[in-house]
Amino acid sequence: MSDAYVAQEMIAARPRPNEVRKADWTFARLLGSLSILCWIAAGIGLVVFLITSYDQSQIDKYAPRYFDGFLTTMKLVALSVSIGAVLSLPIAFGRMSSNKIVRNLSFGYIYFFRGTPLLAQLFLFYYGFGSFRHFWQDLNLWWFFRDAWSIALLSFSLNTAAYQAEILRGAIMNVPKGQHEGAASLGLPPMVTFFKIILPQALIVALRPYGNEIILMIKGSAVVSIVTIFDLMGHTRRAFSQTLDYQTYLYAAIFYLLVVEIMRRLWDLLEHRLTRHLRR
Amino acid sequence: MHFMKKLALTAATVLMVSGAAQAADKLRIGTEGAYPPFNTLTKDGTLVGFDIDIANALCAEMKVECEFVVQDWDGMIPALMANKFDAVIASMSITEERLKKIDFSEKYYNTPPALAVPKDSDMKDASAASLKGKLVGAQSSTTHSEYAEKKLEGIELKLYPTPDEFKLDIEAGRLDAVIEDVTVLGEWLKSDKGSCCKMLTLLTPDPVINGQGAGVAVRKGETELANKFSAAIKALRANGKYKEINDKYFDFDVYGGE
Repeated sequence: MSDAYVAQEMIAARPRPNEVRKADWTFARLLGSLSILCWIAAGIGLVVFLITSYDQSQIDKYAPRYFDGFLTTMKLVALSVSIGAVLSLPIAFGRMSSNKIVRNLSFGYIYFFRGTPLLAQLFLFYYGFGSFRHFWQDLNLWWFFRDAWSIALLSFSLNTAAYQAEILRGAIMNVPKGQHEGAASLGLPPMVTFFKIILPQALIVALRPYGNEIILMIKGSAVVSIVTIFDLMGHTRRAFSQTLDYQTYLYAAIFYLLVVEIMRRLWDLLEHRLTRHLRR
Repeated sequence: MHFMKKLALTAATVLMVSGAAQAADKLRIGTEGAYPPFNTLTKDGTLVGFDIDIANALCAEMKVECEFVVQDWDGMIPALMANKFDAVIASMSITEERLKKIDFSEKYYNTPPALAVPKDSDMKDASAASLKGKLVGAQSSTTHSEYAEKKLEGIELKLYPTPDEFKLDIEAGRLDAVIEDVTVLGEWLKSDKGSCCKMLTLLTPDPVINGQGAGVAVRKGETELANKFSAAIKALRANGKYKEINDKYFDFDVYGGE
């Protein structure tokens, strides 16, 4: 037994580096501080404005509507993002398939839904499908296509599925080939390889884009009020047309900001948890 | 397509407005362009309708040059208040609620609201019993939507940005009834598209909700302009010009009681 691998002598500890001196008031630092001050002033101004123009009767009248609209928005986004996530899996695989027809079909789907506005898709689905009433009635599907809510859910799910498929595809392709090879060398079946080895690693990469997609959906869902579903934005527009008070939009902005802030913090937590094996 | 035309026209009007911003003697009139037979855009993007003819006649009477600005209904009053145009001639009813924010001339017409239903509807009248649980469509921010909300009990109200959309939805069988001005519904029912449906009943106007009829809206405090419009309306009634325009669109006098 040789102990050649054990260090014979220790390297002496180096002295601690000099403390980094805080920079002087450079131009950039001044500019940064000033702009932060502007933001703080704007924030204080906003709060003061909201307090001084507080009107209990208006709050009583519109607050329940805002909450109602807020819940509608949340329900719509939660459901369509979940359905879209399920749909995105086969689409992402189709996109990576070696079969040319499947690949082109998935590509066409993604191309259409990412390339056209959500508003146009919603309009097309709602008023377009609505004009084929007898066809749907023959198929016994009219109950579905008659309802504004189900059509909105359908078009939102299909739209977000296209985006999520691209997120997923990018993330899966980002997992090193060695992971596949390692799994194959252990004789693991493809399903186990995918769900236990590839997907968990892909999700780390996909996490932030998923967060972005949900935030975009929360804001994008505001178009739903054109098909008579009154979400947060729909109630806001209605409140504005009745009161002609710009505060109505301010409150809506606060609601949206709040959700996005909660999402942001939640995503930080999720990332912290998912990457705990990477931290040193 | 309708929307695209509106967009193009709005853009064109905006260009015209900004070009003519210096010419202060030009009166800018806001209108919707989606409310036949009162104001609507033709296929080539020109504004036509009762409101438009009346507006042109009023301007001629007042001896001012006018130009139209197309504006979505929801934003009509805010746009007037923000000085995007000087007056609104778009079948806007004179109501207490609106008078808090803007001023009006005297009315230039007054017609009651009505309900239209699909031809195979089982609704007999506008009673609470036959309205119970029905899906009723209306244009948002209108007196009609407010009427439906407050006076039609037991319905489920669906709000649309313009009448175009609720017409599409009742044609598709998604709605049990729609509430709108009787002349607007009449015009639609006469067309091919309106063949799905029939007039159910006239509704008794509520003075608080429906107001005193449609007037020319101006910014708060511009009493002089409002008075000029009122005088011009009176003059058109007297010199027969009103009747001429009225008869072009309707087979009865839409002015209502004096």
